[in-house]
Formats: sequence, structure tokens, C-alpha cells
Amino acid sequence: MIKSSLSRRTFLVCNLVFLTGLSLLCVLPILNVLAVSFSSAGAAAAGEVRFWPVDFNVKAYEVVMKEGKFFGALGMSAERLLLGTLINMVLCVLTAYPLSKDSRRFPLRTAYAWIFVFTILFNGGLIPWYLAVKQTHLLDTVWALILPGAVNVFNIILMLNFFRGLPKELEESSLIDGAGHLKTLFLIFLPISLPSLATVTLFTMVGHWNSWFDGLMLMKSPERYPLATYLQSIEIDLSTLRQLNLTDPDTARVVSNRTGRAAQIFMTALPILIVYPFLQKYFVSGLVMGSVKE
Amino acid sequence: MRVLNSFKRDYTLHLMLVPALLLVLIFSYYPMFGFVIAFEKFVAHKGFFHSQWIGFDNFRYIFKMPDFWPAFRNTAIIAILKIVGNLIVPIVIALLLNEVRQTFIKRGVQILVYLPHFLSWVILAGILKDILSPSGGIVNELISALGFKPIFFLGDNHWFRFTLIASDVWKEFGFNTIVYTAALTSINPSLYEAAVVDGASRWKQTLYITLPGIVPIIILLATISLGNVLNAGFDQVFNLYSPVTYSTGDILDTLVYRVGIVSAQYSVSTAIGLFKSIISFVLICASYGLAYRLANYRIF
Repeated sequence: MIKSSLSRRTFLVCNLVFLTGLSLLCVLPILNVLAVSFSSAGAAAAGEVRFWPVDFNVKAYEVVMKEGKFFGALGMSAERLLLGTLINMVLCVLTAYPLSKDSRRFPLRTAYAWIFVFTILFNGGLIPWYLAVKQTHLLDTVWALILPGAVNVFNIILMLNFFRGLPKELEESSLIDGAGHLKTLFLIFLPISLPSLATVTLFTMVGHWNSWFDGLMLMKSPERYPLATYLQSIEIDLSTLRQLNLTDPDTARVVSNRTGRAAQIFMTALPILIVYPFLQKYFVSGLVMGSVKE
Repeated sequence: MRVLNSFKRDYTLHLMLVPALLLVLIFSYYPMFGFVIAFEKFVAHKGFFHSQWIGFDNFRYIFKMPDFWPAFRNTAIIAILKIVGNLIVPIVIALLLNEVRQTFIKRGVQILVYLPHFLSWVILAGILKDILSPSGGIVNELISALGFKPIFFLGDNHWFRFTLIASDVWKEFGFNTIVYTAALTSINPSLYEAAVVDGASRWKQTLYITLPGIVPIIILLATISLGNVLNAGFDQVFNLYSPVTYSTGDILDTLVYRVGIVSAQYSVSTAIGLFKSIISFVLICASYGLAYRLANYRIF
């Protein structure tokens, strides 16, 4: 290693300081809201809370938990997450496998692929989509949150590009040995695609957990909102909440809307924060692999 | 025999596609044909294809709507500035990150900056509303402590677009560095060795080896992002805007929602949506065509 010059060392130190500051910028807002959720209403309103709770208490969380709607919404989210991810993933591999075939072997492959790709290029818009889902009579059921988005073309493309990168010999030898396509997919392809599968699965789970707009559009009764939609529905209007806060001093003494909302935000974000370490272990490698093409 | 074999093989392959094809047919293609209601005086119980046909009347109506052109302008301004920010910031950060030699610092920074990408705009809007609040929000406490007047980032039309663009770049820049970081690691190390022998400084190495090494991916991403010129980010705007900031923050997607869902003007809303869809479609096709020409990029 060549001895670094003074200017080089200055640069490295500045670079480290800058990058550290930047990383903090990405988490401090979240930490601040977490601290607010554990602080007293008065301290939060006075702007005393930084990144550590002032007058530590868990009252805000108690208030949120006592509200029955929260657990109902949590249940709805869990249901769509489990069922939805399962269906998404089965469809994803089932669709990606045939589309990953060479068009000489599977001549209609390109035509099929365009049918799927066209759906990301053009859509009929919000209202026709809503009316179409309405006609399936799925509104207000968990299936409305699962089926319309069950075919994720981006994930299919990621998966099919990964399958294409696998050695041709694998498939040939498996077929020669008498295994059908289904066996080849599930017994040969999937076991060696685990990193990519894990990436797509985790992304799908995060997607289901985070999606809120379909809940808002397709669930007629607010009791059936998934958690993200429920959170969205209570925080949508800052001004009305603040007015509520002013006219009702009784609630404001124990827990303000601000600390209560902070608790709810954090509880909704918590599952993501829990799976995040696993997620980030896989997604970089999975994404890079999926983008490798012949 | 071979023909029979190949038919049998294809048969399973076709069957595997059936479930996804059916779902796409119901939830993507059927709604796609629903765009015809933009040319109709749509009545719900008559359905997509049997309502009264009125030609381009809905389009004439939307072009005269007072909200339409401002929303169109806002959409383009917000989207283009987001594209620029989301292209440049990640390149700079990836290059800076590339200079860090200690692996654990590099990993630590990456773990933290990727995080906001995975939180939805519902959660982040909640967080932003809290920290940006002019009464007791931590950002404005800081601004006051520095001796400035508090800024109502989400309620002031001078600041709203800036807040949208900055918070979007904040959310995505970390995740967007992944592609560049991957491209940086694939640069041949012998190029750097040769440059060192020739006496090139780190700065010169960055300028003449690193940057040219990632130019193809920059061009590719820039080209593909052309297709997003009318995607200003519905989730973000919808969760952050309010009637006060409609004049600078209302975008086509939120207008479609308000006209269609809030005012239940199905045909008018669909006309606005179709106007956007068609322009977007042309832009996306052009961008993929360009990407194919420039970088030999194919979608699948």
C-alpha cells in the first residue's frame, strides 16, 4: 500500500463523517417518532423530545391496544400476508419457468411473455380497474386484496432471468431422466434458486404488509381494513386531528393524538424492522443475480 | 415420436401459464377495455360497453377543468425533478461509499440507508408530518434553535414541492445505490493498478476509470426513467398533500382519485387517467426502444 498523502487522508475522514451523517439522517426521523411515542403528551407538544423519551410511559401503546380496531386490522394484514405471499410465489415460479425457456423449444414463449409485459406498459386506469374488481364480487373479502395483484410481472421477470442463468444441462438431464417439467421446476430448479426465491418472497411480504390503497378502495367496511389502510385512514387529516386534540383536553392530558399516532406508526413499522436484517442479507445478492442475463 | 414428445412437453408448459393468464385477463385486460367509458356517459348498471357513447366530450370537459392543467404541470415538474435527484444522488453516494476501505463501516452505512425504501409512504408520511410539524416537530425546533423562522413544509406552497422531492430522494437514494455498487465492483481491478503505475491520483482514477465504468448503467437507468415522467408518486402525494397545497402538489393521479372516487364522476376521471396512460405508454415504449438501441437492453 502506498503511503497516503495528507489530502487523501483528509478526504477519507471527511467522507466517513459525511457518510455517517447521511446514515443517521435515514434513521433519526424514525427514532424521533419512536421517542415521541414513549413520551408524555406535554413533553411532545413542547418539542422537548429528541431521540430519547421524555417522561417515559407506555400509555400511548395502551390506548392503541385498547382500541379494538387495531387488532382487527392486524389480523386482516396477517391473513393477506400469509395467503397472498403463498399465492404470489406459486404463480411467480409457475409462470417464470415456462417463460424462461428458449423460444426454439417453446415457440409461444415470446407471445406469452408480451401478454404479461404489456400489463405493465398500459392500464385502463383507476375506475375501470375498480369496476372490474367490483364485478367479481370479491369486494370486502380478503381475496380482493390478494387476487388482483397476485401476478406480479416484475417479480416474474426477475425470477425468469434467474432461471435463464441456470445451466441448460440441469434441465436436459432432468428431462432425459424422465422427470416432467413440474418435477424439474420443484425438485431441481427451486432448490438451487433459494437466494432469488428468498428475495422475491421477502419483497412480496413487504409489499403485502405495506399496501394500503387496495384496502381503501376495495374494502367497503372500515372494520375490514388491513393495518396499513387503517393507519392511513386515521392519519390522513392532520388538521382535524389537531382540532380534536384542542377541543378534548381530557384525552390530551394522558395521551395526545401526536403520541398516540406515533405509537401506531411505530407498531405498523415494527414487523418490517424485524424482518429487515434478513431482508437486506438477501436482497442485494438476489437482485444482482436476477439481473444477470445471457 | 419426437412430435408427440414435444407436444407433451409443451402441454405442461402451457398448463403452468394458465392460472396467471386467467388472473391477468380478469384484473388487467378486462379493466384495460374499460377505458371506453372515457368516451361514454357512463351509467354503472349498464356496464362498460352499453352506456351512451358521447365521443370526445369528456376530453373537451377535462381540458377546460380549472384543476387539470395545473395538475399536469405539477406532475411533470415533480416527476422530472425526482428523476434527476434519484439519478444523481445515488451515483455520488455510491462513489463515496466505494472509497471506504473498512468493510464494517461500509456494511453499516448500507444497512441504514437502505431502510427507508422498505417503509411505506403511509408510515413515512406519518413520520414526516410529525418531524416537520411547525409546532413541536424536531426539524422546526432545530430551525428555530438556529435562529430562523419555523417552516411549514407540508402546508406552504413555496416548500411543498421541495419537501416532496427531498423526501422521495431521502427514501430511495440508498436503495438506488445498489445497482451502481454492483457495477463498481465489476470494474476490472487491473485498470486501477495500471493507473497507479502511471502515477494517477485517486481523483484521476475516479474520473477516468470509475466513472466511465458506470456510464453505461447510468445511461440505461436515465433512459428507462423517461417512462416515469408522468409518475409523480401517488402514494407519497396522497398521504402528504392537503387542500392548501393543491396548487403546487396536486398531480394527475390524485386528481383522478378525487374526481373518480370522491366526486364519483367515473367517465371524467377515466378520461384524465387515459390521457395520462397514453402519454406514459408512448414514453415507456420510447424509453425501452432507446435503451435497446443504446445499451442493448431487453426486458426479458
